[in-house]
Amino acid sequence: MATTHASASAEPTRRDFLFIATGAAGAVGLAATIWPFISQMAPDAATIAAGAPVDFDLSPVAEGQIVKLFWRGKLIFVRHRTAAEIKAAQDTDVTSLRDPEADSARVKPGKDQWLIVYGNCTHLGCVPLGNEGAFHGWQCPCHGSVFDTSGRIRQGPAPINLPVPPYAFTSDKAIRIG
Amino acid sequence: MKSIKTLIAVVALAGLASGAAYAQSHEREIPPRVTWSFSGPFGTYDETQLQRGFKVFHEVCSNCHSLNKIAFRTLAEQGGPGFSKEQVTALAATFKVKDGPNDAGDMFERPARPADFWPAPFPNKQAAAAANGGAAPPDFSVIAKARTYERGFPWFVFDIFTQYQEQGVDYIASLLPGYEEAPAGVTVPDGKYYNKYFPGNVISMPPPLQDGAVTYLKGADGKPQAPETVQQYAKDVAAFLMWAAEPHMEQRKEIAFRVLVFLLVFAGLLYFTKKKIWANVEGHA
Amino acid sequence: MSGHSTYEPKSAVGKWFESRLPIMGLIHSSFVVFPNPRNLNYFWTFGGILAFMLVAQIITGVVLAMHYTAHADMAFNSVELIMRDVNYGWMLRYLHANGASMFFIAVYVHIFRGLYYGSYKAPREVLWILGVIIFLLMMATAFMGYVLPWGQMSFWGATVITNLFSAIPGVGEVIVSYLWGGYSVSNPTLNRFFSLHYLLPFMIAGVVVLHIWALHVPGSNNPSGIEKKTDKDVLPFHPYFTVKDAFALSCFLMVYVWFAFYIPNFLGHADNYIEANAAVTPSHIVPEWYFLPFYAILRAIPDKLLGVLAMFGSIAIMVVVPWLDSSKVRSGNYRPVFQIFFWLFAINAVILGWLGSKPPEGMYVVASRICTVYYFAYYILVLPLLGLFETPKSLPASIADSVLGRGGSGSAMASGAASSPSTKG
Repeated sequence: MATTHASASAEPTRRDFLFIATGAAGAVGLAATIWPFISQMAPDAATIAAGAPVDFDLSPVAEGQIVKLFWRGKLIFVRHRTAAEIKAAQDTDVTSLRDPEADSARVKPGKDQWLIVYGNCTHLGCVPLGNEGAFHGWQCPCHGSVFDTSGRIRQGPAPINLPVPPYAFTSDKAIRIG
Repeated sequence: MKSIKTLIAVVALAGLASGAAYAQSHEREIPPRVTWSFSGPFGTYDETQLQRGFKVFHEVCSNCHSLNKIAFRTLAEQGGPGFSKEQVTALAATFKVKDGPNDAGDMFERPARPADFWPAPFPNKQAAAAANGGAAPPDFSVIAKARTYERGFPWFVFDIFTQYQEQGVDYIASLLPGYEEAPAGVTVPDGKYYNKYFPGNVISMPPPLQDGAVTYLKGADGKPQAPETVQQYAKDVAAFLMWAAEPHMEQRKEIAFRVLVFLLVFAGLLYFTKKKIWANVEGHA
Repeated sequence: MSGHSTYEPKSAVGKWFESRLPIMGLIHSSFVVFPNPRNLNYFWTFGGILAFMLVAQIITGVVLAMHYTAHADMAFNSVELIMRDVNYGWMLRYLHANGASMFFIAVYVHIFRGLYYGSYKAPREVLWILGVIIFLLMMATAFMGYVLPWGQMSFWGATVITNLFSAIPGVGEVIVSYLWGGYSVSNPTLNRFFSLHYLLPFMIAGVVVLHIWALHVPGSNNPSGIEKKTDKDVLPFHPYFTVKDAFALSCFLMVYVWFAFYIPNFLGHADNYIEANAAVTPSHIVPEWYFLPFYAILRAIPDKLLGVLAMFGSIAIMVVVPWLDSSKVRSGNYRPVFQIFFWLFAINAVILGWLGSKPPEGMYVVASRICTVYYFAYYILVLPLLGLFETPKSLPASIADSVLGRGGSGSAMASGAASSPSTKG
């Protein structure tokens, strides 16, 4: 049996097979070891539990009022729209919008008076001020973005409409967010 | 060969030295060993035992003892008592937790949710102590790991190989039925009790259990799943407390086995690789 | 590290980079072609094991620090959050805690190897002293790390050990108040221990670099204690010692996994699962097992300051071992009388460790004093005197000869070719 360098043979020798097997086992072991270190960075069970869907009672929210709440650390506006605000939101040429979206796609059917959107300007994240701006929706004080009564971007640098969080009506006057 | 002997000797000495950390001497009886379903390398929790133990904790112990670090949702997790999400939500809703302040600036109470932690029976340590003769009942979240007894030499060395680590639950399971009359010559102060297994023998907790105090679910034959005796309650609640302290024990032992098998195979491969590489070295060094 | 390596990069990118930062050449010359004595036994694998453990502790520590809160009111809870809610958090915590113990098991084997085979003797004195510095840094790191969970032993161990510094005359009290950041072990103490616990391992890594650099000047010692003479005495580090170290490491890892996964709380204290309480002292305050011998020495001396000096002295004296040992023969393999004293020293260290776990009463105190006396006597009396009076066995002519059984009575075959002991000046 040759004790010098492994010959450049076409097929792996028995010795090479051992080396390959050892190397492969080592690679598998390394990958299996690395996985928990990556996984531990995922949101932990307590954070996930704290981010569970939350119930919100709409009855104390008067017409024309905008209420703020937090879910998963993010601000959400709950707006009880007046008839005028609903009409202004619906009577809009959707094609003229920077981010075309009909008002009906942003509310639940039969519940036009409830607009629920995330409360951070889609430009750089400041909180827009309610009932301000040319469209009486919101206006962001940081760089002047203007949103309408459906939370859609009308003027200013923000690229998209205020996003709508996942929610559903659990009863006529209550929603579950998440 | 001599170097291998010395290697073994030195590592064994190092191991012995490490075992010397086992120090807690008390003049009290050593708790007898209990057979637990979760002991040993392949141990698992007995779900029905954990549920019985939970019942004992809920109906008896939780009146005085907190379980601060156990969130309701964990009762539905894998490797635990195996309650369903609905059962856990319903259980949580029977408790009230403090929340707030609300927009008026007031704190308020609301029903607990699965994400909430088990509410403590007392608002703070001082209230707990005042209501219990000056001694605050300890929190139970990790108590099964916070109690032990000195094993002594050479038993602690054997424990490394037998994996005996149930000192805490053996102690709890013997403490609860361990109340008896103080022997002659021993005076127990008012408001305290004599317990065979408690360090120092004088314990502030009154005997918390009696036969029949907790009703267990009935089996198919109409009889309780387990005897409704103090001994059984003690074992079941100890098992529940072991889960409370180590909820991931089953996963831990399972992964341990897989890793050890891998390492054995890998060490074997490396050994033969080493031999192959060293084969052409004269004298094998 | 002297001169250029023989490494020749194959690719154009490799050549470009290597001419600007010759790191591949450095790795090649230090860890691929570096010559090691061919007769190294498995005691020589513990250096590699220690390097692995340092990296393992740093990696597990950094990920734990992503979830840990270093505030007295939240620390204990944050550790429980890690154990319960962080994905694999229980594993990271147990690996880190048991990893510290494995680190010390390996370092004690490594140190005892050095003491037995005379690895501290010229020209490796600085290598040895760097090792003592690493050992001291390890002890400081481990001590502070144990405080972080803020259990009863964390708190009271910190109280006892920081109070030691008050024994220093004059400035002692001020030093302690600066350590504490307050009037007792409290939140500021915890915060700064966390900061330093994160820092020190990287200082250890730096000293380890120096340690390996100092090693690579003369190269490794070996069981015969004879320096390399010809190329027949050595083998390149890769593949011979990389595979041997890998095998030894995988065996070591099996022990690590046994502790960390099957009996993760065996080496710890149940009392540390009780939240720190400044009003209640545990009945027996015991440090972690790897500190027990030094704890025994501390308590053996009835005077507070002298006890502290003896404890630190027991480590400081290791620094001067290269100059205390008068023997011209390096390896204990060829020093039969030395072997007896050495093994007594090793057993004495274990007994000191056991005594450190016992309450300081009665026979335990007497035994601690006897063992402390032997500990220091070994360094101050045995090593200097033994070398003058001992008759060593005859040494083999070379490393290769010791392996191939030619010459020297330390190997299997005796031969007439006894040579004079070879040592460096």
